[in-house]
Amino acid sequence: MKELIKVENLSKTFKLSSKQQKIEKTNEKVRRAVNDLSFEAYGGEIFGLLGPNGAGKTTTLRMLATLIKPDSGDALVDGYSIVNQPAAVRSRIGFLTSELKLEEFFTPNYLFDFFSSLHGIESEKAAKRKADLFSRFGIDKFAEVKVSDLSTGMKQKVSLAISMVHDPDIIIFDEPTNGLDVITAKTVTDFLISLKEQGKIIIVSTHIFSLIEKLCDRVGIIIDGKMVVCGAISEICGGKDLEDRFFDIYTEHVGGEI
Amino acid sequence: MRINTIFTIFKKELSRFFKDRRTMVAILMPGILIYVIYSFMGGAMGDAFMPDDDYIPSVCVENMPESLNALFTQSGLFSLSDAESGKISKYKESIKNEELDLLIVFPENFDKKVNDYDISSGTAAPNIEMYYNSSAVNSSMAYQSAVSLLDYHESQMINRFDINNDIDTVFDLATEEDMTSMIFSMIMPMLLIMLLFSGCMAVAPESIAGEKERGTIASLLITPTKRSHIAIGKILALSVMALISGTSSTLGVVLSLPKLMGGTVTLDGSVYTLLDYTMLGIVILSTVLVLISVISIISAFAKTVKEASSYVTPLMIASMLIGLSGMFGASATSPVFYAIPLYNSVQCMISIFSFDLNVVNILITVAANVAVTGIGVFILTRMFNSEKIMFNK
Repeated sequence: MKELIKVENLSKTFKLSSKQQKIEKTNEKVRRAVNDLSFEAYGGEIFGLLGPNGAGKTTTLRMLATLIKPDSGDALVDGYSIVNQPAAVRSRIGFLTSELKLEEFFTPNYLFDFFSSLHGIESEKAAKRKADLFSRFGIDKFAEVKVSDLSTGMKQKVSLAISMVHDPDIIIFDEPTNGLDVITAKTVTDFLISLKEQGKIIIVSTHIFSLIEKLCDRVGIIIDGKMVVCGAISEICGGKDLEDRFFDIYTEHVGGEI
Repeated sequence: MRINTIFTIFKKELSRFFKDRRTMVAILMPGILIYVIYSFMGGAMGDAFMPDDDYIPSVCVENMPESLNALFTQSGLFSLSDAESGKISKYKESIKNEELDLLIVFPENFDKKVNDYDISSGTAAPNIEMYYNSSAVNSSMAYQSAVSLLDYHESQMINRFDINNDIDTVFDLATEEDMTSMIFSMIMPMLLIMLLFSGCMAVAPESIAGEKERGTIASLLITPTKRSHIAIGKILALSVMALISGTSSTLGVVLSLPKLMGGTVTLDGSVYTLLDYTMLGIVILSTVLVLISVISIISAFAKTVKEASSYVTPLMIASMLIGLSGMFGASATSPVFYAIPLYNSVQCMISIFSFDLNVVNILITVAANVAVTGIGVFILTRMFNSEKIMFNK
């Protein structure tokens, strides 16, 4: 399989304000969000990043999406460096996170055309892609409704469609089913599986074990910014339930009982 | 990345403003409000300071001299009645209560005393006492009219020469052009700077800090679009919106100005040529670009629109002061002054409005303003690249 993402020793720290230091009862001036993280992901697989809140999953994905820069280390996305060639990386990935909001004054139709134009997609090709994606997610009925008037689920579907305007080979989704009703969540997971079948690479971060088990071919468990285990789910679990195995690993690394 | 992404961003920003009713209200409402409020103020001030045309003030006169009786009566300005002798305090009270407008007390034998008076004697001249109420419009006007009549009478008595007594000759040689020029060059630079700034304030924080606050900036930054294209597209679109807002407010002011000045002034914009207006338009456009660039940079530092608005306030005060500087004196002559952003715009506006247009100075101004805008685009681009600035929470 073609290696599409190669993460090498990524590290990222955030400065803590005095207010944050007080809240977290620490004297440390920086928080190490991601610590020397490395992994690879291949075409035609869904790779999951699993970890508790604050483990560094979202920070890792934001670095891969070039929204933030690593302090050290680098990652190659389809051969392009996230540090030195961020524009090339952006044109090759589809990124979706709850952090990315849609302008509420516009309709899905307008926004799709807008982002297609920013990605430099020809209007004919964009129209065909829009028809496909809108039909798949049931957005077509709401294509001319302002985003502000859409339900949360429909907004998420519109965000998903817009993140795919340029038909990227690399898809990075942060908590893809977070806050969605079961129907919308199934639409999203089915879509991810269909993308995998097309040979695309999908990286998802989540703390939902069932989602990882259902979707992912391989998984990386991140605790306190470090990749503690990475491999196929069957290898990691060794016959055990993923949830039980995760807590074993977590206890080993953090110490004490949960 | 293709250059037309600038146009895509530009179109989207304009669409956003046109689709958002609140922003449209914020952009267009000041002009309408200014027109309505100023017109109302002008009307109200006129009502407050001008008496009713049909009103004839009540005037009591004690010891009306023969020489003035006909003049006062024939003037038709007053409703005259004889005052009862020794009841001055009663009349004063009536004037205070606005029941009477004016009391004129002539000395007894006024005509004789005036005839007998010798200026060279060094003694006090016969004195006429006039009691009125300056806080009452009718009383005040009655007093003014009576003083005018008495002045006229006095000048007739000792008439040795006249000034401008030919009513058919126009002695004030100021043209309408001069009047418009004087008023416009004093008021318009300040007004334009203030109104353009308000227009920029209405749109720039909303587009930059607002996108951060709403979380939509990340959606834009995740696309392969160059940050510089985002910055240029936004600055151009915001400038257009600020110009619309500034034009609306300026029209509101210009249309209501004659009413605000009580109809005493006729402002004729046609005294300026197409070249004047073209140059003014170019100066205004370059000024808006500077203002939008600076406000956009300040807004990019802010986390919310509210925060951006408070950060921009000191700049607004500085701009107003620079605008005020235009009210005093003629435009600057040294080209160096035309390299200072905002100040150069005010100076150019003064020169245009006072028919002293200097193309070289305008070119220096536009070049300086475009250079500042270029620096602004560069800084804003760097800011769009900074995760600390774009994602500070």
